[in-house]
Amino acid sequence: MDTATRLDLYRTMVLIRTYEEAILREYHADKKPVFDIGAGAIPGEMHLSAGQEPVAAGVCAHLTSSDAVTATHRPHHFAIAHGVGMHRMTAEIFGRVDGLGKGRGGHMHLFDPDVHFSCSGIIAEGYPPALGQAMAFQRRGTDAVAVAVTGEGAANQGAFHESLNLAALWKLPVVFVIEDNEWGISVPRSASTCVTSNADRAAGYGIPGTRVEDNSVEGVHRAASQAVARARAGDGPSLLEVHTLRLWGHFEGDPQAYRHDLDDVPGRDPLPTYEQTLRDEGVLDEAAVKSVAADASERVEDAIAFARRSPLPDPKEALGLVFA
Amino acid sequence: MSLTDAADASHTSAPATTRKLSTSKAMVEAVAAEMDRDQDVFVMGEDVGAYGGIFSSTTGLVDRFGPQRVVDTPISESAFIGAAIGAAVEGMRPIAELMFVDFFGVCMDQIYNHMAKIHYESGGNVRVPMVLTTAVGGGYSDGAQHSQCLWGTFAHLPGMKVVVPSNPADAKGLMTSAIRDDNPVVYMFHKGIMGLPWMAKNPRSVGPVPEEDYEVPIGKAAIARPGTDVTIATLSLSVHHALDVADELAGDDIDCEVVDLRSLVPLDTDTILESVGRTGRLLVVDEDYRSFGVSGEIIARVAERDPGMLAAPPVRVAVPDVPIPYARGLEDAVLPTSERIRNAVFGVMGR
Repeated sequence: MDTATRLDLYRTMVLIRTYEEAILREYHADKKPVFDIGAGAIPGEMHLSAGQEPVAAGVCAHLTSSDAVTATHRPHHFAIAHGVGMHRMTAEIFGRVDGLGKGRGGHMHLFDPDVHFSCSGIIAEGYPPALGQAMAFQRRGTDAVAVAVTGEGAANQGAFHESLNLAALWKLPVVFVIEDNEWGISVPRSASTCVTSNADRAAGYGIPGTRVEDNSVEGVHRAASQAVARARAGDGPSLLEVHTLRLWGHFEGDPQAYRHDLDDVPGRDPLPTYEQTLRDEGVLDEAAVKSVAADASERVEDAIAFARRSPLPDPKEALGLVFA
Repeated sequence: MSLTDAADASHTSAPATTRKLSTSKAMVEAVAAEMDRDQDVFVMGEDVGAYGGIFSSTTGLVDRFGPQRVVDTPISESAFIGAAIGAAVEGMRPIAELMFVDFFGVCMDQIYNHMAKIHYESGGNVRVPMVLTTAVGGGYSDGAQHSQCLWGTFAHLPGMKVVVPSNPADAKGLMTSAIRDDNPVVYMFHKGIMGLPWMAKNPRSVGPVPEEDYEVPIGKAAIARPGTDVTIATLSLSVHHALDVADELAGDDIDCEVVDLRSLVPLDTDTILESVGRTGRLLVVDEDYRSFGVSGEIIARVAERDPGMLAAPPVRVAVPDVPIPYARGLEDAVLPTSERIRNAVFGVMGR
């Protein structure tokens, strides 16, 4: 893989991690001394994607702003990697007027039509609308594709199976991405799923299924390249499962008492691992690492400052915007 | 061309036309005209292609427009209704058919959490200009899982318009409006008004329909029959039963005003209040379940305005809170039949 691509992947992952760490900080800052989920500048549930950066970076490297992405309740990494406006995304997370949804959606309902990005808090239900976006692209004669993202738990929901069948039947330009971070909240995949790899389920729908085992951003990049190319060529959908890592809790505030592997987790963090690989291979040096980190930090803090400057919505506005 | 209440082809004198169509043919005519006019309109659903729709909602369309625009889907409501949402988000104008409203259980998340909420959640930045058509209603012994109306459930959940035509002219005009609306519109057609040759039908399932394109405004009720003694607020097939009863009771010196709601979301509260303000008596006839639905909503809106408007307690004729039974006699006992409506009118008139 060429150096430029590797550096891009690294930069994207650092940007995502920097963002998630900043949101983590902002989210918890005003919920003390006792955690109150509804309190603070970012109220509500928060599902952060630290550890899952390789999936977003590796897949979105092959996408343009004409391609669609439907993401999950844990959407930030895909939003950032796909080019969702960071200022407006952050303002939406802070529930401000300048947010993508004018404060009406929040962190699980980020919509950026400029890059055909949407996400939803209902497990597996982002798959069907992705089919429709793919249908529209196909009918309009473009080679744009729709990437539909879920977790491994979603592969047991009805809409998942319906969507695979329908996309395969109609040869829609879709890439189905499963992020197997091993946990459906507190339930491990072994307790929810009858197969060891959801990639094997692809055969049941007559489509290619690939599993990237080691949360490697370059492995994801390679596999996604094939899947996206296949879709663009009009050959239909593929399933790409990535064995990734949920570095933190299911939601912020999750004590993870159920998680027996917690001690191993920091050692499996993909970011320092990839950074070390790039250092070892001379792609990165100390100066470059610092520079990437500084750029990311500046961008992220700028977005947070933008969000905090944006006004809170007027409660009188709550009833509007139901209908166009 | 837009028809106001005054020029409403459905219930008052139609613009000069002697052509009559069944409700199903009128619906199809509207869909075909819009598909001609706008390449982004397409239809998806189970058996909508060669079969023409189980209740003739798409008869002839595939022959005219081809299988790419009139698409038979697998039995995958979540997938194909969700696909309609995604296509609409990208600017197409799909019409997705949920074969029986009773099947909403298998796909309701896409309907109420996605189709209905995306516009609001996106701060108005994303539109979902789709129509969800669905067959409703009982009276032909199809049992508890195939005879429901359920419009109260859809109307209760914010973010989707709900229209319920009662007659062919409105069926065409409301379909045109629904397709042209940039919002998600749930279009609920009663099987008993479609004019199907294989189901007993009310004579008003065939009626005059203007040939030209026209819109019936969403959110406006129609006075199907003006009257002075009692307001019968109703919708769908029950409009026909109410009109039958009204004709009959004219002989008993009771002058019923029948208000055809036509839309539930938005609900034309003004027309209802104006009518009740004049008659002082309210009967709601609703083929959906009695409790926690349309009939209670209408009465609540009157009471909120002024309970003093009512000379007598309001009455509702609805399906009681039981699953709809199969045997003919049992089903007739729960449906809002003409007999129940007549008795209710006597009741509210104090006779």
